[in-house]
Amino acid sequence: MAEKKLGQQTVKFNNPPSIISTASIAGIKEGEGPLRDYYDMVLKDDLFGEESWEKAESKLSRETVLLSLSKANLTPDKIDYLFAGDLLNQIISSSFSARELKIPFFGLYGACSTMTESLSMASMVIDGGYADYAVATTSSHFCSAERQYRFPLEYGTQRPPTAQWTVTGSGAAVLAKNGNGPYVKFVTTGRVMDFGVKDANNMGAAMVPAAADTILRHFKDTGLSPKDYDLIATGDLGELGGELIKDVVAKEGYDMGSKYTDCGIEVYDTEKQIDVNAGGSGCGCSAITFCGYIYDQLVKKNLGRVLLVSTGALLSPTSSLQGESIPGIAHAVTIEMG
Amino acid sequence: MEKKAEKNISNDFSKMVNEKNPESTLLKDCILAFVIGGLICDVGQFFMNLFLSYGVSNDDIGYYVAAIMVFLGAFLTGIGVYDDIAKYAGAGTVVPITGFANSIVAPAMEFKNEGYVFGIGGKMFVIAGPVLVYGVSSSVIVGLIYYFLMR
Repeated sequence: MAEKKLGQQTVKFNNPPSIISTASIAGIKEGEGPLRDYYDMVLKDDLFGEESWEKAESKLSRETVLLSLSKANLTPDKIDYLFAGDLLNQIISSSFSARELKIPFFGLYGACSTMTESLSMASMVIDGGYADYAVATTSSHFCSAERQYRFPLEYGTQRPPTAQWTVTGSGAAVLAKNGNGPYVKFVTTGRVMDFGVKDANNMGAAMVPAAADTILRHFKDTGLSPKDYDLIATGDLGELGGELIKDVVAKEGYDMGSKYTDCGIEVYDTEKQIDVNAGGSGCGCSAITFCGYIYDQLVKKNLGRVLLVSTGALLSPTSSLQGESIPGIAHAVTIEMG
Repeated sequence: MEKKAEKNISNDFSKMVNEKNPESTLLKDCILAFVIGGLICDVGQFFMNLFLSYGVSNDDIGYYVAAIMVFLGAFLTGIGVYDDIAKYAGAGTVVPITGFANSIVAPAMEFKNEGYVFGIGGKMFVIAGPVLVYGVSSSVIVGLIYYFLMR
């Protein structure tokens, strides 16, 4: 068996990479949410001074990376690899951002699971000895996602209660070989799971099987259990998915209880903010929540060990129209201060 | 064996999803659709009465009112209000002709960045297109039936 492999799907790092800085930029609606104080910057204009939503998202991605680097006193030329992805066709937000950044670039597509996907890849590259510094980042924008996946913004529609709201925001994390933590200890790479949910307005539920599979596999591979964690956060299962996953995981004998939360529930005030219905979604959802709130709490040692499980729905408008169900994916990353 | 186990989990899961799935607030939605849709019709009726009082003939009145309502739908879409009303009204804003205007103006605004030809021109009818295709087709069929049976 591979030297650093643990169980079936998990990697244990011998030289855990340190997340030396993070940055998060959030949109207007997110800036009104309960985690607003933890973002580095909140947009005053969702176009970010650009002409189109796509350009705005790309700028969001680029500015977040630059901000995370400046917080670590680094410049793009010091970075060995950039791992980035987003929701748009051909991941243009990330590639066009990489065009300006000039950092060697691996483009990723994991839908909304991209935050932990990029963290996983960056960590493996550093622990493997291929890099001193790597950046993991992802972004999403409500307006660019809406026009690609759903309807034009001004088109009058009603959103069902299970619908989630795509987060406008970007998060970036700078990982280094040496640093004072927090450290990435384990990575559990998910399998694509599909239990036949077809409703694109109920993506939270569609991603639950994948998230549950990855979380259970993580516990089995590492021998850890929910009590070893201070926080277990899924990416964007929303309110319905969040309830479902607790039940599914508990059925297998792991009670996550109050340790569990979902970034999609935390990022908005679902009671007060209109339209967010079942919570947030999108790559930016777990990105700004992790790079903002969770990282801050880790550094302040309010949280000791966190399991971040970003969740992705791997559908496209074409696959939905052709009657395909929604495959899900989830990657788990253990981050701890110790 | 493992396939079978997975199928069981999958069935259990569908049950759980259906149990926990929150219901749409059907009654409230219906009432809101009725009231707001009705108000839109009142506006139409108002203009109809107005034009009638100016002596527009009964045959032409439909064109006048339709033009006004389409304009209002397009205008409210343009200033970004129509979708805010639709959040509450649902079918109440979709069914009247103002909804048709909204379905054409909204993509035209949205895809302007992709240029006037392939953006606005190509995407303008993404939502209204199917309505036009099947609306026109079915009216042709009904017309033919009428022609042969009722002539």
